[in-house]
Amino acid sequence: MIFEDEPVPGYPLPIRPGHTSPGRFERVLRAGQFAVTTELDPPDSADPEEVYRRARVFDGYVDAINATDGSGANCHMSSLAVCALLTRVGYAPVMQISCRDKNRIAIQGDILGGAAMGVCNLLCLTGDGVQAGDHPQALPVFDLDALTLLETARTLRDEHHFLSGRKITHAPRVLLGAAENPFADPIEWRAERLAKKVAAGAQFIQTQFCFDVPLLRTFMNRVEDLGLLDKVFILVGVGPLRSAKSAEWIRTHVPGVHIPDEVVKRLAGASDGALEGRRLCIDLIQEIRTIPGVHGVHVMAYRQEETVAEIIQRSGVLGGRVPWNPGRDPPANTNRMASGPTPSAALEPTRS
Amino acid sequence: MYAVRQWSVRHARGLNAFYRAFESVLVALHPLFERLGYERLERPVAAVEHTVKGLLFDCRMCGQCILSSTGMSCPMNCPKNLRNGPCGGVRANGHCEVRPEMKCVWLEAVTGAARIPGGMDALQQVQVAVDRRLEGRSSWLRAVRQRVGDLS
Repeated sequence: MIFEDEPVPGYPLPIRPGHTSPGRFERVLRAGQFAVTTELDPPDSADPEEVYRRARVFDGYVDAINATDGSGANCHMSSLAVCALLTRVGYAPVMQISCRDKNRIAIQGDILGGAAMGVCNLLCLTGDGVQAGDHPQALPVFDLDALTLLETARTLRDEHHFLSGRKITHAPRVLLGAAENPFADPIEWRAERLAKKVAAGAQFIQTQFCFDVPLLRTFMNRVEDLGLLDKVFILVGVGPLRSAKSAEWIRTHVPGVHIPDEVVKRLAGASDGALEGRRLCIDLIQEIRTIPGVHGVHVMAYRQEETVAEIIQRSGVLGGRVPWNPGRDPPANTNRMASGPTPSAALEPTRS
Repeated sequence: MYAVRQWSVRHARGLNAFYRAFESVLVALHPLFERLGYERLERPVAAVEHTVKGLLFDCRMCGQCILSSTGMSCPMNCPKNLRNGPCGGVRANGHCEVRPEMKCVWLEAVTGAARIPGGMDALQQVQVAVDRRLEGRSSWLRAVRQRVGDLS
């Protein structure tokens, strides 16, 4: 979608009244559109082109791209760096921050640095334990948790000071997000935990993989009872399973991912497991979008990112809307005076 | 000890009531503490606190105890030190993602909190980031000084 005050790619949109960020993602959410986000698998490489190549497969189908922060406690290019590369060409990244690897000094510095480089969305996470990844011998930090991280980011943004009380001169204008897992125990307290995250500053939520819609409905009913539906944008996590075997592996080896037996059976009964996995994902998206309070989906297609476009296309959730992508704007349509410094030709961000 | 820790969660109501009474006694002793000097009391009191709470809760002496708000399940036993609720990695059997032999301390916290009057409301309190300087110091003395307005 095109906003009338479109800036040059890489420059922020004006912040509208009631908005907290100059980002496209918040614009889409507040415009009441069904939003689509996805996850970029950060490269094990120092080559920026790898990042762009991985982002390009989503062009025209997603409103924001999550840059994961050592997900699964595995080492990759940092989320801050991936975000810096993505914002350079105008993408709207969601910078994930995990509490596992950094203390509050490093984290606050990253929030300021990210915002300075055009990051408009943060996802505040606790993070997986180091035992889950490729460096189990590392020190787990966990100086903050997801809640205190949210509060920290909100303090920086709204109160213009560090946790120490020291003033900052220009606050990071960011939309704050958090994760929730409606499918893990204590299941009866998950909506309350969401309430706590909203109280701590969460404005959007991206959930763990949903393969069990009835459980999601129960959770959303409780969220509604707690009066949270108009306080937070909820994006439900979905993703294509590759086969019955991989579904079985995920549910036994990845803590927190709940896959019901019927799902495994459906995949096992299909001649092409991967195709059936994508069909299942589309069916889930179509069912999930009808649930009141769901504002979008977060598609996690680890190592099959190229399927995201097709899944979103076939699910029809965008309804003809084309999310921004670097190839969209003919130069004449961009508003060079939108905000911030007027870029000279030399400063203008270019693709590569 | 793990078994005692679980016993404590089962008896969260009684332990919470006991602590409330105990704290009132300590608050009444504030003038005496003041005369003796809080800093001088710090080490002996912290040693007693460590022994008692270590036995009952596997206390880690974070120095800013919130057991009454977490159903008598010590959140510092969570390998991620989560003080505001469970992470998303709780296993299907209710055990910890990082230490599979241990039940999630937050699952325990929710069951413990349900046993304490007002415990579920207390769970909703957003706990601020841990002040690591207080590690090893007495939460009891700190609570007294907070109650009498000596500390913010």
